Amino acid sequence: MKVSRRAAVGGLGALGAAAAAGLGWVATRPNPPAVTMGGADVARGHRLRDGGFPAPSVTEDAGIVIAGGGISGLAAGWTLAEAGFGDFRLLELEDRVGGNARSGRNAVSAFPFGAHYLPVANREARALQHLLRRLGMIVGDRNGVPVYDEYQLCADLQERLFWKGRWQEGLIPRTGLTPRDRDHLEAFDAAMRAFRDRIGRDGKPAFALPVAYSSQDPDLRALDRQAFAAWLDGQGWDSPVLRAHLRYAMRDDYGCEVDQVSAWAGIHYFAGHRGWAEGETADNVLTWPEGNDRLVHGMAARFRDRIRPGRIVHRIAREGDSVLIDNFDVAANRTVRMRARAAILAMPHFIAARIAPAEVPADRAFTYAPWLVANVTVDRLPEGRGAPLAWDNVSATSNSLGYVVATHQGPTAIQTATVLTWYLPLSDMAPGEGRRLLLERSAGEWRRIVVDDLLAMNPDLDGAIRSVDLWRWGHAMIRPTPGFIWGQAPAAAQVRPPLFLAHSDLSGLSLFEEAHYRGTFAAEGAMRHLGHGFESLL
Amino acid sequence: MADKSPPALRASAPTAALLASAFVVATCGLIYELLASTLASYLLGDSVTQFSTVIGAYLFAMGIGSWVSRYVRGNELRLFVRIELLIAVIGGCSAAALFMLFPMIAHFRVALYAIVLAIGFFVGLEIPLLMRILKGYDFREVVSSVLTFDYVGALAASLLFPLILMPYLGMIRTGFLFGILNAAIALALLLVLPRGTRMLFEKAASVLVLAFLIAGFVASERLQRWAEVASYQEPVVYAESSRFQRIVLTRRGDDLRLYLNGNLQFSSRDEYRYHEALVHPALGRVARPANVLILGGGDGLAAREVLRHPEVRRITLVDLDPSMTRLFQRTPMLAALNQGSLTNPRLTVINADGFRWAREAQGRYDAIIVDFPDPVDFSVGKLYTESFYRELGRLLAPEGMAVIQSTSPLVAPKSFWTISTTLEAAGLRTRAYHAYVPSFGEWGFTLAAHRPIPEAAAIPNGRFLTPQIASRLFDFPPDMARRPTPVNRLDNQALVREFADEWARYEG
Repeated sequence: MKVSRRAAVGGLGALGAAAAAGLGWVATRPNPPAVTMGGADVARGHRLRDGGFPAPSVTEDAGIVIAGGGISGLAAGWTLAEAGFGDFRLLELEDRVGGNARSGRNAVSAFPFGAHYLPVANREARALQHLLRRLGMIVGDRNGVPVYDEYQLCADLQERLFWKGRWQEGLIPRTGLTPRDRDHLEAFDAAMRAFRDRIGRDGKPAFALPVAYSSQDPDLRALDRQAFAAWLDGQGWDSPVLRAHLRYAMRDDYGCEVDQVSAWAGIHYFAGHRGWAEGETADNVLTWPEGNDRLVHGMAARFRDRIRPGRIVHRIAREGDSVLIDNFDVAANRTVRMRARAAILAMPHFIAARIAPAEVPADRAFTYAPWLVANVTVDRLPEGRGAPLAWDNVSATSNSLGYVVATHQGPTAIQTATVLTWYLPLSDMAPGEGRRLLLERSAGEWRRIVVDDLLAMNPDLDGAIRSVDLWRWGHAMIRPTPGFIWGQAPAAAQVRPPLFLAHSDLSGLSLFEEAHYRGTFAAEGAMRHLGHGFESLL
Repeated sequence: MADKSPPALRASAPTAALLASAFVVATCGLIYELLASTLASYLLGDSVTQFSTVIGAYLFAMGIGSWVSRYVRGNELRLFVRIELLIAVIGGCSAAALFMLFPMIAHFRVALYAIVLAIGFFVGLEIPLLMRILKGYDFREVVSSVLTFDYVGALAASLLFPLILMPYLGMIRTGFLFGILNAAIALALLLVLPRGTRMLFEKAASVLVLAFLIAGFVASERLQRWAEVASYQEPVVYAESSRFQRIVLTRRGDDLRLYLNGNLQFSSRDEYRYHEALVHPALGRVARPANVLILGGGDGLAAREVLRHPEVRRITLVDLDPSMTRLFQRTPMLAALNQGSLTNPRLTVINADGFRWAREAQGRYDAIIVDFPDPVDFSVGKLYTESFYRELGRLLAPEGMAVIQSTSPLVAPKSFWTISTTLEAAGLRTRAYHAYVPSFGEWGFTLAAHRPIPEAAAIPNGRFLTPQIASRLFDFPPDMARRPTPVNRLDNQALVREFADEWARYEG
């Protein structure tokens, strides 16, 4: 060793100090944010699949039994209550009703686990408007048009997009576009406006919401038989900016890629909304910190005494003119047999087929998109260059759908902490593979993915993330694949009274409007079957 | 060992000092670079961009320095020492200089990158020079030793900076400290050189630089304050970052000013004009203003004016920030300004978000004074919406009177009249007026009530407002005259957008 001894000693000293400092750094580094993992009760779900329930030990009678407490089941119950039909029960597998619209809460805010907004209702959605009036969301009329409650409409600023290193207002990129991008964006927009305004030869809107009110014109129905991507290719619209925006839209509402959905479904996203309200309100949405759980509570409050949570309905069979609904009471550890004059199966189609195989044939055309939702609690608001924080914040470079700010709708004007609800549809793999990934990937790994994605959009959140609450949705949404909405789904919707099916699966679009329509439709069908007089809302 | 091979690095004081210089130069260089990055992130935001561009610029400049070193001839040792002193001065003062320059110059980035490039350039020049100074020794060893200390120095710097320097010394002091180290190592090098090497000029210069930097280190605290002074134009006497905002008080002579997030809230020279105009036209139109609500106004100055009305029995003051109300309750200078209004037994302070409080509050108030900040963002904008004014109407007694501070009708006439339109949409009658407040300019207010608002008012004689003056405030010349505007709603926030446009146009 020929380096001067003094220098060497100095160097070693420096190294030692550096090592000590490094150790100190590791020791004092802030802890990673706390993480929790939630989702549909897997044990109860698997128990349903594996069977082995005790034989019924009690029998109860009811006029109508609703099996399933998601939006369609709640809408069915609400419709029965509204029509003065009191003799019914609603059975729910989980401990809480609400399905995809359930929510959580912590010290900072309430936050949604899934569905989090409802667009202003279309004119044809009469039953939905009726509900919104009863829940105080439509507060009156002006010039014959519904007036919505300002507090529940999404406050400005609604949307911003992280695009080329800056946040901009709206979700469609506006800067750095090539002439081709502009042409294709404009042409697509014009085509969608034409579809939105088109009235079919049968006098119905081309794309209605609920979809059941849509025109049956053959050229429109033909759109359901081809993939959206193929239809776009046929129009020559291949601008990457347009296609990226469409990919965002399809994943946002359907959990699918552009080449997985039918052209009818793809166009419906853009042409199906004609909110019936004045001015800008027509394009707005209703939203709340807890998301659509607000609507769940509003509906459930009407008949809370008839709701039975923690009931695994495992067999539904016809007996003479009535229906037997065998359900396992988790708390009492026994099976209850309910004998009803009619039953509404308000559950995903694949579950209905499992518990009532004689009535509902299994159908592989029903496929479901898996999602991961993360509620991220941060102790300061996200910022960023360009447009200020909006309700919905999307990044053009992220594979996630970005995040929604739970406290955007108040209750305070000024906030210092909030909860960001981050959404990821696992659309770029087969649905089964996505479900396996959801289960196999550890909570810590998912947390890393969520945090990295958030920090890429908002480096300013570094050090501000307190906790990450993950929620797995294995079967989050029905997938409107080509031929499904106007082919396979209507075919599968046929069952004989006194059984009635009610689920957005039957519409092919996993939307509140569809679930509500299906629940209302089934409830009216059941009342009609039982001879109970009512005024139809449909 | 063959006789002809160059000598190995000997354990002599000069070589040790030279290698120590390599260590110090590398450490200091990286510290300056980290300082510049942190400071730029702090002042300009977007830390990823700032760190990446500063580090890139620095390394690039080092490359230029290394390349230029080939054209540098003459006494390498002398040059090395001079450059080291230059780095000490530029790097040592960099943080202080950037802080002070930031509010003064328009193109802060130019100054930032100039400093980063200069430091990088000189550091890049030094390493090749050092190798040349040691060229008499075994080249293999020289390269290895110099680069070893260079890189090891980088690690020391990157660990020291976030762990010790930033938390304990702060940016300005850290800069000076490393400047001192730079200069000290230069001086040490000069002192251990063999006798006969004179370099008197360098010795004198390094002592001077050292003294200058030590002075800077000692005065860091004051420099920091000057830096904030520079952005406020007056001496800062108090600064605090509360949970909600940056509260800064400045004072020059008898002029005390309050800034929230950099926006002027009042100047003690003319605040009486603003607060007399805010309070008395409303209270003077209520027969018996017993129960008064003040929303905002945590400085207690509006409350001071309210308390001049003897009929007032109870004042409820709702302000978001407990730091503000505490400051104006407890600081003698501020309590003197508001005449102790915030500790008056008739007044109750509630620290709450006005938007939420108004939605949940019950009861009726004879007068409501709304003194919120201007609608600068979507959060504050919620306090100017139809929904909020409906709550206001609910809290206002049938014969009561509300007044809303409504920004400048001269600078932002559309914003100003949007407030009237919105109040009317919420079912209230309005009357707008304006007054001149020199530190703000032409300022506007809006009266709102359930009944038609009377012409006549009982106005006490103040320093600015008198019964005659008060009646003249309701005339608007054409440049401020009423114009059609949209209603400001939660879901359109027309006011926030209009306000930003109008002020941007005015300020150019």
